[in-house]
Amino acid sequence: MKRSWTGRPVPPNGLVAGSLLAAAFVAYGIWGFRATAVLGFAVRSSTPLALAAMCGILCERTGVINIGIEGQMLLGAFAGFFGAAAFGVVAGVAAAVVLGALVGAFLALCAVTWRVDQIIAGAVINIAAAGFTSFLYRPGRVIGSLPTWRIPLLGDLPLLGPVLFRAQPLTYLTFVVVIGLQVALFRTPWGRRTTAVGEHPGAADTVGIDVARYRYGNVVAGGALAGLAGALLSVEITGSFDRGMTAGRGFLALAIVIMGRWRPALAWAAALFFGVLSGLVNQLNFDRVFDVPPQFVAMLPYATTIVVLAIFSTRVRPPAAAGRPYP
Amino acid sequence: MHTDRLRPVLLPVAAVAVAVAIGAAIVLAAGASPVAAATAIWVAAFSGTDAIAATLEKATPLLFAGLAVIVGVRAGLFNIGAQGQLLVGAITSAYAGYRLAGLPPAVHLPLCLAIGILSGALPALLAGVLRATRGVHEVIVTIMLNTILVNLTDWLAGGPWMEQGQPVSRTPAIAGSARMARVAGLPVGFLLAVAMAFVVWFVLDRTTFGFRLATVGANRNAAHYAGISVAGATVAAMTLSGALAGLGGAVESLGIVGRFEPGFNAGLGFDGITIALLARVSPRAVIPAAVLIGALRASSTQLQARARLAPEIVDVVLAIALLLVAAPLILRWLLRLRPGSCRTEVQLTRGWGA
Repeated sequence: MKRSWTGRPVPPNGLVAGSLLAAAFVAYGIWGFRATAVLGFAVRSSTPLALAAMCGILCERTGVINIGIEGQMLLGAFAGFFGAAAFGVVAGVAAAVVLGALVGAFLALCAVTWRVDQIIAGAVINIAAAGFTSFLYRPGRVIGSLPTWRIPLLGDLPLLGPVLFRAQPLTYLTFVVVIGLQVALFRTPWGRRTTAVGEHPGAADTVGIDVARYRYGNVVAGGALAGLAGALLSVEITGSFDRGMTAGRGFLALAIVIMGRWRPALAWAAALFFGVLSGLVNQLNFDRVFDVPPQFVAMLPYATTIVVLAIFSTRVRPPAAAGRPYP
Repeated sequence: MHTDRLRPVLLPVAAVAVAVAIGAAIVLAAGASPVAAATAIWVAAFSGTDAIAATLEKATPLLFAGLAVIVGVRAGLFNIGAQGQLLVGAITSAYAGYRLAGLPPAVHLPLCLAIGILSGALPALLAGVLRATRGVHEVIVTIMLNTILVNLTDWLAGGPWMEQGQPVSRTPAIAGSARMARVAGLPVGFLLAVAMAFVVWFVLDRTTFGFRLATVGANRNAAHYAGISVAGATVAAMTLSGALAGLGGAVESLGIVGRFEPGFNAGLGFDGITIALLARVSPRAVIPAAVLIGALRASSTQLQARARLAPEIVDVVLAIALLLVAAPLILRWLLRLRPGSCRTEVQLTRGWGA
């Protein structure tokens, strides 16, 4: 059996995924459409979190801590919505991605070139994003949310069809991004170099890897993903923009990065876990099994995060150079 | 005047000036008049005793938030949770303020303040203990706690502690015995905040305890080898930081609002960071920094009425000011200063690990 860096045996990924899938079908067999509803909610609510977490993974794997994800998402949601309202959906999503990347470039400039404290740089992004989007916000525009694409054959599967294969376009894009990033990080030279830059920039530099270029590249790419996550919220899911509509999702993504141990697939699983948790409470509320005030439903993922981190934090190890400027 | 003595003031003043100039450019670009905006801020913040009192009232929680951030930063910790700690301090002190009506003022008011302090310290204590014993980064925990506490106070103010027969969710009014009045037109809460700034300065800069915190903040390993308990300093600094934020919330409830209403002062935690850095992490310098930002915050209605500007322009200006104090390199380049001046890069981040 494989062993993790702590020496504990790790079950193969296929076994884990297979047993989770089996559990989902058992739940479907017992509760029927309720299980579909919960899992569907889990997938929908986890996609913005998963994309934002991919931004965090890209940044931290090269050694840059990005707490500005929340702000990048908010700007992405803003640009996506108003871009879509003025020039159409494709232009809106493109604007969100470009704006997110530009903010990423700004973070890289702060973190790599100016050597500003990275948490402060992220805080600047968050404050400025909240300020700018509220300052420029004009109410009154409406766009429809994106259509649902049903994948032929796969969309007809029981349980998996409605949960995974009757989704909106950016959700499919998220699947592709997560799987692509998982492969790229662990199976390509780019991934190895990225990890090296985040673990030991000095060593990476010695073997000829351009540390600054890798950090710029990854933080800009991460920003683009965070912008896309914002567009997913405003253009795809709600079809509207509100002040502060990201509502802490960018911060939750930071915790998901840690729970996912800086691995794309595992981070997606962590995001899905939050989705299942919230979906379950929503469904039980809806069925009047119990009556939890909405505020407690809202705080559930955050409280769970603290508990999970308190239990597992000593077993996870962040990229060694995260937060440290180089040279 | 020696330039050496001016240097500590140069960076924050230049940062604010440049930020305001950029803000004026944004106002122009948005099609409004920067002069009208400046007049609006002046009128709202400083014209007459009422305006000044309003400014100081706005500055009060900011002052506490800034002090809370400073205590953490001295020990190398980043308490982003000042907002949540302030909210929970505000609601518990308001609850004690209306629930325990009938006590004599000499008992009631201090009791309410103490309850606010304790309830602000509690979540910060949790963050400190998790950091010291489990190595969980305090930034993550305090951000999570912010959302939890915002929701918790929302629920309390709209549920069990809600004023009966009212359409809005808020607690009943605080009894007169727990209210803090104005003295000679000055809000007592602000005076208390100023006094706390001096207390914090004394504790951090003039006591062994403060020296221990600073040593831990400067170099954990050196502190450990010198026999200082790093875990103890971490927990103490976080708890103290939360206690200051909780006191700020209590002062807000007891001295200014007179009850607890949800949704006040969103983003206070980030304002606290801006203030702490503008003050260059010096407790006494927090006073002018908080008054400045309080003045900007107090002018939001006037900005809308007189200059037809969304008040969020203040956030934009503050973000730029924060960036400029955090990255003195930009200012030095902008203002063509000699190398060596404006040299205080703040470095807090130590990565996510211990």
